[in-house]
Amino acid sequence: MSSPSSSTLKTLVVATLLCIVCATLVSSISVSLKEAQLINKKLDKQRNILLCAGELTAEEVKDKENVKKAFAKIQPQIVDLQYGYVVDMANLQSDTTQQVLKDNLQNLETQLKAADEDTKKKLQQDIDALNTYIDQMKGIKAYMKVDEEGNLLSGTYNQVKASKDKALSIDVQDNKGSSIKTRAKFALVYLVENDDKKVSKIILPVRSYGLWSTMLGFLALDVDTTTIKGFAYYEHGETPGLGGEVDNKNWKGQWPGKKAFDSEWNPAIHVIKGKVDPKGKDAEYKIDGLSGATITSDGVSTSLEYWLSQSGFGLFLENIREKGFQ
Amino acid sequence: MSNENSVKNVLFGPVFDRNPIALQILGICSALAVTTKLQTSFTMCGAVIFVLAFSNASVSLIRHHIPSSIRIIVQMTIIASLVIIADQFLKAYMYDVSKELSVFVGLIITNCIVMGRAEAYAMKNNVTMSFIDGIGNGLGYSLILIIVAAFREFFGSGSLMGHSMMTLSTDGGWYVANGLMLLPPSAFFLIGLFIWALRSWKTDQVEAE
Repeated sequence: MSSPSSSTLKTLVVATLLCIVCATLVSSISVSLKEAQLINKKLDKQRNILLCAGELTAEEVKDKENVKKAFAKIQPQIVDLQYGYVVDMANLQSDTTQQVLKDNLQNLETQLKAADEDTKKKLQQDIDALNTYIDQMKGIKAYMKVDEEGNLLSGTYNQVKASKDKALSIDVQDNKGSSIKTRAKFALVYLVENDDKKVSKIILPVRSYGLWSTMLGFLALDVDTTTIKGFAYYEHGETPGLGGEVDNKNWKGQWPGKKAFDSEWNPAIHVIKGKVDPKGKDAEYKIDGLSGATITSDGVSTSLEYWLSQSGFGLFLENIREKGFQ
Repeated sequence: MSNENSVKNVLFGPVFDRNPIALQILGICSALAVTTKLQTSFTMCGAVIFVLAFSNASVSLIRHHIPSSIRIIVQMTIIASLVIIADQFLKAYMYDVSKELSVFVGLIITNCIVMGRAEAYAMKNNVTMSFIDGIGNGLGYSLILIIVAAFREFFGSGSLMGHSMMTLSTDGGWYVANGLMLLPPSAFFLIGLFIWALRSWKTDQVEAE
């Protein structure tokens, strides 16, 4: 065709104009709707946390105001999984803490200069450890949002993203097909407070692979750290009707009252094949299998086994048992 | 069918006479994926009708200026932009449904009906008629989706629009859910049966042997 609409110049002009128009349209709509989308996402997560902890029923969470009110009792906290302690983000950011860290480092460095060969090695290790710690604390900020006054919002910490950051994650030494490959060194947990401001439930995030997708969920534990209060996934892409039955309210209804740990404090809760005999041995550690969804069921078991072990939240829970909440 | 190009014919023709799924067997991929529940299907239909109508109208609007050498990519760009817009709106205002539809909204881009109508109709007809053609074909697609979804939700989950119609045995009722209905192959069977019924009624759609 030699019509004017086929000339090279016109082709280029049309292509450029089209791209500009489409790009402007798409980006302006995306930017203007961003706020509403983020609110939705946040609300959805809060709903799931409240549902999982049994704070609200499925009917109650439909109302935004209920969610807002109930969520006020829930404290997001960052946990250092290596040591099993809650990290006080607000305090850590303060100038005094920063100064103390700096002073400690300087102090160690002065000691290093004067030290003899034997203590030198030990001191150098301390300095490295402290430096790593300071770096991690700086790094973790990148995965959180700040409010208008510049305070870090613990609740916005994105641990899934952080688990892909080399400096802030460790490899998972677990060769099961359904286990995740890396996990963040810091985890975001939620502490539910009762009316007397005492912690009444601990909500832990869990993550593993199912058949098709990474399954993200919450496990709610009593303060005795073993009685399960609830378990639910808030994000997964399993087959509806099969693996997707992890969302079934009857299946989820079995969890409350089960025990996460055995008498020796080893993770014991798992999904079995078939139905649990309520009078059978160890029924308190067993959950009905999802029929037709072996791999999803395995994923659920692996996930709990890993996150309740010493590599997961084991130390954190142990500290709670021994020392309570500080 | 008095006039090839009458509004009525363009709008309602694709519903029974020239149904894109039943006659042309286009766009069945999403028909399999999003039809486990009625509510998600309705949302998907809305999104497809929106994309089809506006992509047809936009392509038709600039049809005299689209160089034939890059016409497919021009159509794709327009369709893709519209799909992203639809997806963004769903995420902002219908979060729960958009979560269930997940990637399938994005996959409207590859829905052959959209591209097929742009190339076959919008490139040759004026803006209004192209817009109506888009809605018509969207309705044709929706008809199948909704019929399939109604069957699948009713027999697979014992409910319609999320309201329980038959108490499931898992909830202590009498109805044992048909698990097959929740899996994609059941949509194949249902679409097949629908095509059979449609062609028995309108025998001119039967392909010559």
